[in-house]
Amino acid sequence: MSMSGSAAAPALSAATPAPSLPRFRNAGWWGLILPAFLLMTVFYLAPILQVLLISFTEPRPGLDNYERLFTSMGVQNVIETTLRICIITTAVSLALGYALSYVVALASPRAQRWWLLAVLVPLWISVLVRSFAWVTLLRRQGLVNEGLMGLGVIDEPLRLVWNEFGIVVGMVHYMVPYAVLPILASMREIDPRLLAAARGLGASRFTAFRRVFLPLSAPGLVAAGVLVFIFSLGFYITPAILGGGKTLMAAEWIKLQILDLIRWGLGTMLATVLVVAILVTLAIFSRVVNLKRLFGGGA
Amino acid sequence: MNGGYPAGPFAKGLAWVTVLYLILPITIVIPVSLTDQRYLSLPQEGLSLQHYVNLFGSEAWLGAIWQSFWIALASTALAVVAGTLCAIGCWRLSRRSTELVRAMMLLPLIIPSIVYAIGLYRYFGKLDLLDRFLGVTLAHGVTGIPYVVITVSTALAAFDPRLEQAARGMGASLSQTLRWVILPRIMPGIASGAIFAFIHSWDELVMVLFIASREVFTLPRKIWDGINENLDPTMAAVAVLLIVFTVALLALDGALRARRNG
Repeated sequence: MSMSGSAAAPALSAATPAPSLPRFRNAGWWGLILPAFLLMTVFYLAPILQVLLISFTEPRPGLDNYERLFTSMGVQNVIETTLRICIITTAVSLALGYALSYVVALASPRAQRWWLLAVLVPLWISVLVRSFAWVTLLRRQGLVNEGLMGLGVIDEPLRLVWNEFGIVVGMVHYMVPYAVLPILASMREIDPRLLAAARGLGASRFTAFRRVFLPLSAPGLVAAGVLVFIFSLGFYITPAILGGGKTLMAAEWIKLQILDLIRWGLGTMLATVLVVAILVTLAIFSRVVNLKRLFGGGA
Repeated sequence: MNGGYPAGPFAKGLAWVTVLYLILPITIVIPVSLTDQRYLSLPQEGLSLQHYVNLFGSEAWLGAIWQSFWIALASTALAVVAGTLCAIGCWRLSRRSTELVRAMMLLPLIIPSIVYAIGLYRYFGKLDLLDRFLGVTLAHGVTGIPYVVITVSTALAAFDPRLEQAARGMGASLSQTLRWVILPRIMPGIASGAIFAFIHSWDELVMVLFIASREVFTLPRKIWDGINENLDPTMAAVAVLLIVFTVALLALDGALRARRNG
């Protein structure tokens, strides 16, 4: 200790003026935050706030655009379609994600690594590539239809894509990994001896699951549901490709208003509704869903 | 939790089906890219590399790959510098005073990119940043910050704050502490963040659809046009290359993590 102390002594005299008030010393640390803060404010928050603003000011100031929420069949249709697809996607993703997480959580550490790999690799593979793969498989002359016709199972090609079915297949494919991560995180905190104890006390496998495991893993299930639902609400690429322009969800409708119809007021109105819906959902569930843990555990 | 209580057959079956559903459809592009036909199909009489030859002979595809690569590199640099410094600042300052900053840094993960994209379209129009390398780099860089903040914060959580206090106590300046004490210890976290920020930019389509048109034409944009206009097997070859590239980056990340833990 004395060695390093004496070695540090000359450095001390050469360093910045004597340490002053704690509050003042923190200025340097705040300075580290500054670049990200400025970038975020100028190039992220400002454009988004502008979207919110435009929805109240164009084509003329007022709530005209929001009135459309109640008067326009088109707008209501889009919202209904979006909610329906999001709810179905969330339900299916949770069911598949839960079963997968359950098996992963109970597997040996070695097997867990392989299962996780199978979940995480698709997560990071380009969503465009995945949508392309689904189109290849599901379209009229796609591999699934050709295969089934070749086997003589069907005479007519099935309509598997460019409709809601195709969208849900593609979206669930994208969302299952996002469902698995929070569910698995909460399952890993469950003591496996509880299940063994329940079985030892005479509970069947199903009862042990339903009365012990399921309640204990419920927070993860809720977190996963919120995460998948809010990601689904604003999803653009997969619904646009697999919906084939026939089934419009919110994000694609917004794009249509802005780029093709140049109706900024309407487009930004639905964008604002989307943001508000997401923030409200998060606020409601913020007690169950620890955002920081959710995202911190995922990456 | 693990061991001692294996999952039942029903759960196991469903889990296997789910994993196959996650993986098999992606791998289908591999045989399709090797087809000897001129349309999207499985190989009929033999394997052929003609579509890869097409891809590497095409100025348009190579140009798009090249542009995407540079944009991803530049935006990753931006995200890594801003995100790392921010994560360190938040870590050292008290939790409560930086709560808002942390929440703000996560926003791009929560707010749909379509909302940001239409905002940018208007905003960059005024700043003359539409269809410019700088514009796309800024957009991708800013939205890449969350990935870096998350991975670096995770790395910092395992870092003993007394080391930093000791360095400062012995007279190291802020920049010396950063360079010699903090940064070396969290390098694996920074590298992970960089990899994720890179993949984020490399794959990003929605913003590019709005803020780029001719001068800046990235790979996702080219794939998007390909899916909507001509579905030919060259697309499958591109898809295979992208999958290989992503898997290689993830393997790199895994190797870095293994070194950190080992």
